Amino acid sequence: MSTPADYEPGSSPEGDSAPGYESETREGVRAAIRGYLIGLVLATALTGASFWASSTHFIYGPGVPVALVVLAVAQMGIHLVFFLHITTSPDNTNNVLALAFGVLIVFVLVFGTVWAMAHMNANMMPMG
Amino acid sequence: MSAAVLDHGRPHGNPHESTAPGHGTGGPAAKRIIVGYGFWIFLISDIIMFSAFFAAYAVLAPDTADGPSARQIFDPNSVAAETACLLLSSFTCGLASVAASQRNLKWTEIALLVTGLLGFVFLLLEAHEFHGLVARGDGPTRSAFLSAFFTLVGCHGLHVTAGLLWLGTMMAQIYAKGFRRDIQHRYFCFTLFWHALDIIWVAIFGLVYLVGLHL
Repeated sequence: MSTPADYEPGSSPEGDSAPGYESETREGVRAAIRGYLIGLVLATALTGASFWASSTHFIYGPGVPVALVVLAVAQMGIHLVFFLHITTSPDNTNNVLALAFGVLIVFVLVFGTVWAMAHMNANMMPMG
Repeated sequence: MSAAVLDHGRPHGNPHESTAPGHGTGGPAAKRIIVGYGFWIFLISDIIMFSAFFAAYAVLAPDTADGPSARQIFDPNSVAAETACLLLSSFTCGLASVAASQRNLKWTEIALLVTGLLGFVFLLLEAHEFHGLVARGDGPTRSAFLSAFFTLVGCHGLHVTAGLLWLGTMMAQIYAKGFRRDIQHRYFCFTLFWHALDIIWVAIFGLVYLVGLHL
């Protein structure tokens, strides 16, 4: 992000710049607001779908938690892209790698715990 | 500036060498990128901490010790209102970022104030829910399920409280010191924090409340 156009007025070219991901032009502002609006609409739609899925009989009962997990993961992706601006740009390579590692740890932790504890519950001696 | 630098991110000649700042021959990344990366690492470690609470909740949710189950204590209307508050506050926080990129003091402060008010309403709703549960004797000491529930959702509530305090100090700093570069970096970290809280809430309302209401 160090093209000459990105420098703030009066700042030294050696210093960092880029006050926001958003460009400083009027079209840039429109595009930025449009991006947040798209994110809001998509997130609202997925939230509505989650509430619908939890209360409907349209989906096979035991499949509802799976549907809710899928919708939640999709909505997290929408938030990451439209609100946190995790993109494929070169500036974001390190952020994406850190995120991928974080997701790996989260999966190992959550599924590993549920898996191990379910087996330990199944192997418990009967109470009393 | 050479054309190679203007065309940042595109490899020239050697396909493995990028000319973007922070890559290959591109020189160091802008400080804003480095600050954001450092704070992103913190946020991911915070999310990993939350995932441990999620795992504990997933294991303990069936252990109600003859107390109330998730279905009996969750109020879908309250959850929907809390979700709407946090989602809208994430949106207004984004609008504040746009205003800040324009160095527009008035709209930055207005959007941040709306963000804070929505966050405050969220906290009030959550406090009301917790107070109702404890008043009925269904506090965190009632069962393993309620212990895990209060820990997970309460930890998120604490994060929102910390976020509100940060938001207040950010509003004061932007007002008193203007859009200085260090203030902009702090503000950038705050927006990352606030959006990350919303992501954690997506997991809570989907996997704790809605799954609980369904089962």
